[in-house]
Amino acid sequence: MSSPDVPQPSASRRDFLKTSALAGAGAALVVPTGFSSSLYASGDDTIKVGLVGCGGRGTGAAGQALSTNGNVKLTAVGDAFPENARGVVDAVKGGLGAKADRVQVAPEKIFDGLDAYQKVIDSGVDLVILATPPGFRPIHFEYAVKAGKHVFMEKPVAVDAPGVRQVIEANKIAKAKKLKVGVGLQRHHQAGYLETIKRIKDGAIGDIIALRAYWNGGGVWDPRKTREQCKTEMEYQILNWYYYVWLSGDHICEQHIHNLDVCNWVKGGKDKEADYPVKANGMGGRQVRIDKKYGEIFDHHYVEYEYKDGSHMYSQCRHIRGCWDSVSESVDGTKGSSNPGGSISGPGIDWQYKERQKDPYQVEHDDLFAAIRKGTDYNEGDNGAYSSMTAILGRLCTYSGKEITWEQAINSDVNLMPTKFTWDADPPVKPNANGVYPVAVPGLTKVL
Amino acid sequence: MLSTCSFGLNAFRDGAYRLSCLVALALTVVCVIGSAPLSSAADDLVKTEAQMKPYVQEMRNTTVKFSMVPIPGGEFMMGSPATEANRNEDEGPQHKVKVEPFWMGKTEVTWDEFELWSIRLERAQRDFGGAETGPLEKAADAVTKPTNPYTDMSFDMGKDGYPAICMTQHAAKTYCEWLSAKTGHYYRLPTEAEWEYACRAGTTTAFSFGDDESKIDDYAWHKGDSTEKGKLKYHKVGKKKPNPWGLHDMHGNVAEWVQDKYEPDFYSKFKPNEAAKFPLCIADEEYPRVARGGAWDRSAGECRSAVRLASDPEWKVQDPQNPKSAWYMTDALWVGFRVVRPLRTPSDEERKNLQLDATVPKGVKPRITIE
Repeated sequence: MSSPDVPQPSASRRDFLKTSALAGAGAALVVPTGFSSSLYASGDDTIKVGLVGCGGRGTGAAGQALSTNGNVKLTAVGDAFPENARGVVDAVKGGLGAKADRVQVAPEKIFDGLDAYQKVIDSGVDLVILATPPGFRPIHFEYAVKAGKHVFMEKPVAVDAPGVRQVIEANKIAKAKKLKVGVGLQRHHQAGYLETIKRIKDGAIGDIIALRAYWNGGGVWDPRKTREQCKTEMEYQILNWYYYVWLSGDHICEQHIHNLDVCNWVKGGKDKEADYPVKANGMGGRQVRIDKKYGEIFDHHYVEYEYKDGSHMYSQCRHIRGCWDSVSESVDGTKGSSNPGGSISGPGIDWQYKERQKDPYQVEHDDLFAAIRKGTDYNEGDNGAYSSMTAILGRLCTYSGKEITWEQAINSDVNLMPTKFTWDADPPVKPNANGVYPVAVPGLTKVL
Repeated sequence: MLSTCSFGLNAFRDGAYRLSCLVALALTVVCVIGSAPLSSAADDLVKTEAQMKPYVQEMRNTTVKFSMVPIPGGEFMMGSPATEANRNEDEGPQHKVKVEPFWMGKTEVTWDEFELWSIRLERAQRDFGGAETGPLEKAADAVTKPTNPYTDMSFDMGKDGYPAICMTQHAAKTYCEWLSAKTGHYYRLPTEAEWEYACRAGTTTAFSFGDDESKIDDYAWHKGDSTEKGKLKYHKVGKKKPNPWGLHDMHGNVAEWVQDKYEPDFYSKFKPNEAAKFPLCIADEEYPRVARGGAWDRSAGECRSAVRLASDPEWKVQDPQNPKSAWYMTDALWVGFRVVRPLRTPSDEERKNLQLDATVPKGVKPRITIE
């Protein structure tokens, strides 16, 4: 605890004990279950971390959590697939080098199955990392905060409106319990974005007229197994989750959320629903990546969002190789333009962020863990939910071809999730006899 | 077909170094066809240095092509003298090296070339155009491809005509393997010695244009002249003046992967005045490996002929996955490569023992895309 990022040992220890004592006393009355675990139940300043979702990103996030300052241990892991859960322990150790002893997962705390999240959360951890496919996130987040756990969750935090509302409701509990919630929208922890957006908000480019957001690339990983290699349709879809809307939300949610979120950040305040787009319309389709193994998602979306002051955000996301690629945002104002990642230009302005930037994936964990240790407010849950909703709104527009308001979208009762979470249960989408999945048809598909 | 090649067994004082000279003993008869199939193109008839000419390598079923320049065999003094301005300790001691003839890419490998393999564009174009899948394509299709990148690896600096960047050395070597299969010619990364020999192009000065750093803007994209619209970035290949042997951008633009492992005192393993033949520091671990030539984000002094750049894990620190990708260097926006084609195609055994082709670094498990 010698880093300047965290308070000196004596001070933090004192504050920590004080907080523990107070909250501990209240816990029995107010929230009987689980709350005490957020007070480092191990009795010292060790933060015990549980990992739910042991893919590449979860493994990376666990390593970053364990690379923060102070005593921190990984004590439990869980994944739908046993081989992922078993493999993650060595993978996290491997990435930590000298800090590998921070991985202390007993064999009986390696969980698998679709209920592994409950077992990890109930295993005596202080903080849980939620890094499964996004569709599960609202369920996992709600369970975690009800159990009194601090949370780091990956983006997006939901794939449909009921999921967004579930996260917002659960986040009220998190706030009431003063739980810290980090969301993996790491640009909020990237120095170039922070400095540039501060300058934009200070008026460097005048009033904002328009924003553009892009995630145009060649697409992500190919399906990992064929249908024949999987026992059930549920297993097949969860393994190849990117290509099913109930699991990923489509790539406009899974990836492009980063850019939409930056524009929301530039445009509005933080966390206030009224600062997010008021309506949108768009178009999209599935033109090149059409093999049945690619499930049901589109390969391109174009959406125009409107904010309440009438300014617009133009959004493109594409998964087609060999085209113009860009993962970026740009902002046009009355006095100039900006790439909010690090530059501002216009008549008489030519500024670029030139400092070396720390790895934002590490900084987002440094910031979250420092807040836990200091007991300062730290909650990215609402912004995570509303930026997820922004992406979902875009998808509702491209799938339906209609103009849709934020009000209509966020109040929608269209729930994409299965009713039962077992390997032999029916997933909400099923292929036809040829293994082909139904795909949204603009003008015909109902999304609200 | 008698060999003109001899790998000197005395190339190293330190016998522990894994120059696979033993292979050389088996090389009195060479030009054994390697596993890369050879085409019947006219330039395969080139057997001697005197017959070597510049040529354009076309890529069947695509409009992409690139130029290769002959580099004559010869001897040169590798490393820089202690008196050179901005010199680093690892550039010495200077020592003599003998280099066999090869062709070298006139420019760095561009995105146009690289993505034919990396995102399978050649295959997509072939299918789209209804072109034939011949034996070369079949062999090329069988070469490992990287997983798709999660984000745009050009980072908005441009693709068409710009150098490919952000690949690991393993990815660069696997591209060479694909290129060899696809064209029927044996392509690989240059060794560090071959690279410096070609960069110097007969010169002994700090740069191939002399010692006068003030002339560098004519020859190189470096930190001082790479800003475009307020943004420091790389540039299209081949836009600056070439070196005396016709190679562009050896100084600056993007640093270029070579075959070798980085060892700061590697040059001290050699006798200064007895020409080392095919010196190569074989790499097993992923780090550190050598990239040469400096880059668009480096000072002129860091783009000198002798400067050695060592890779390290910071080069992909922002890869959010664990294990980090075997294919991408998310933070090395300044590393690329160019290819060479040796006049004498090495035998399968040499290729294996010298690890000239892609060899998965120790401890790395590439995620493989199942087509």
